[in-house]
Amino acid sequence: MSVVEAVPARAGAGASRPSPRRRTRRGLLPALNVVSALAGIALWWWASRGSATVPAPAEVLTRAGELIADGTLGDDVLASLRRVVLGFGLGCLLAVPVGFLMGWYPVARGLIEPWVQFFRTIPPLALIPLAIVLMGIGETPKTFVIFLAAFLVCVVSTFQGVVGVDRTLINAARVLGAGDLTIFLRVVVPASSPFILVGMRVGLGSSWATLVAAELIAAQEGLGYRMQSAQLYYDLPTIFVGLITIGVLGLLMDRALLLVERRLTAWQERRA
Amino acid sequence: MIAMKNVHKTFALRDGEFTALGDVSLDIAENEFVTVVGPSGCGKSTLLNILAGLETPTDGQALVNGRPITGPGPDRGVIFQQFALFPWLTVRKNVEFGLRTAGMPRKRRQARAQEAIDLVGLTRFADALPKTLSGGMKQRCAIARAYAVDPEILLMDEPFGALDALTRVRMQEQLLDTWSRERRTVLFITHDVDEAVFLANRVVVMAAGPGRIVESVEIDLPHPRTEEVRLSPEFAALRNRVWTAVYHQE
Ligand SMILES: Nc1ncnc2c1ncn2[C@@H]1O[C@H](COP(=O)(O)OP(=O)(O)OP(=O)(O)O)[C@@H](O)[C@H]1O
Ligand SMILES: [Mg+2]
Repeated sequence: MSVVEAVPARAGAGASRPSPRRRTRRGLLPALNVVSALAGIALWWWASRGSATVPAPAEVLTRAGELIADGTLGDDVLASLRRVVLGFGLGCLLAVPVGFLMGWYPVARGLIEPWVQFFRTIPPLALIPLAIVLMGIGETPKTFVIFLAAFLVCVVSTFQGVVGVDRTLINAARVLGAGDLTIFLRVVVPASSPFILVGMRVGLGSSWATLVAAELIAAQEGLGYRMQSAQLYYDLPTIFVGLITIGVLGLLMDRALLLVERRLTAWQERRA
Repeated sequence: MIAMKNVHKTFALRDGEFTALGDVSLDIAENEFVTVVGPSGCGKSTLLNILAGLETPTDGQALVNGRPITGPGPDRGVIFQQFALFPWLTVRKNVEFGLRTAGMPRKRRQARAQEAIDLVGLTRFADALPKTLSGGMKQRCAIARAYAVDPEILLMDEPFGALDALTRVRMQEQLLDTWSRERRTVLFITHDVDEAVFLANRVVVMAAGPGRIVESVEIDLPHPRTEEVRLSPEFAALRNRVWTAVYHQE
């Protein structure tokens, strides 16, 4: 079929060459990010000079050093992370099959959807009193609330992913001889994976927020608990250390998931 | 080979129903290359989907080799109006998809896929993802995917609709070239009257409201169909005839 080779083959060569606009952007954005962060810290420092209550950056840094040295910060971080990883992991693990069921079988959708929609309107934190009464004051109620937060977000986006799978792709698989199971595993799952991963990212953010709040209410260790007890002693530097740690950890976890998402969905056509 | 007898197709709508095909009868012989032209919405894709086994007729019969169509089958390859490539699979994996579902062993599968990829000239792009391919290359990948399973019948729904004029002509020549060597039965849908006449042994003209066949034009142009044929007065006469049938439906 020699005719075809004459068709210009642009894609391979063109793809690796970034447009000029993107190249300037690539260098500029991180630079702006750094400038902005530094400006924020400078502002904080400036605000702390005139105030008796707001601790200076140096003071917070010293306190962070102390908390790291005596192991408190490490223990708190571990305690918080353990809860979030467990709750979030279980939430996603259940959400993906349930979301698939809802998207694939109208009966399952009819039965499950009202509950999902109902619980979605209740902030997970509002369930803490009930969870504590039913499950005691141990780890279970906290993990449960986080689990619920992750589950609700993830199940909805998985469901939407499955429902939105392009019919022509399913038809294409069918005419290529695929049965229901093959279509499910080799078309529906990959096609909805971008939705699942976005759901997981949003779910992780929601878990993390729920966790810290849950620890404020009922815990003996963890970042939220540490800040809560620091509040009793008017210990602002510790509160700042807690806040910054929460922010940094949340950011790191989000970035990690973003990387996974980019890897697994590199096949998608992206405009940006 | 293919026989449609008094096929009707109605779709249920919220308020009543819509007749997409009203009494369509069509026979296609083995190795025949039939093109279908007609205005948008006249039921061309519906007709093809019935033959593909993706839709069932509301009334009437659709047969392949004398047997009623009950679903998709390996005897019929389909190339969709939208390329319908799996975007998460490389060209190679896309082409192998049908061979995998057929349970072909790995070695043979890879060899077979490579043949199909070479045939459509995508050798250098075998491991590229669809998003890095141009429209014409995507289309060729879809063709390779259908060829790989080696169907007796090819059902093609406006496969060249998205291509520029030059690529389109090349793809037409390539399709005819493969067809004359491998002799499959082809049903080819198009909007383009020139394309319909150039490719076919027979052009079937459809009209809308309800979808039906209004004319069937034998194309007795010589093979191979060269540029000379395309520019010949015989071609022009046939094209005018089909054109009139398509665009002057009362
Ligand atoms: N699933 C469906 N439900 C309801 N109506 C449908 C459905 N599929 C097709 N139709 C209707 O049937 C008619 C024929 O559709 P079809 O897709 O076969 O047209 P077509 O000839 O392929 O058009 P085009 O050239 O634009 O692709 C259209 O009016 C369309 O609205
Ligand atoms: Mg169509």
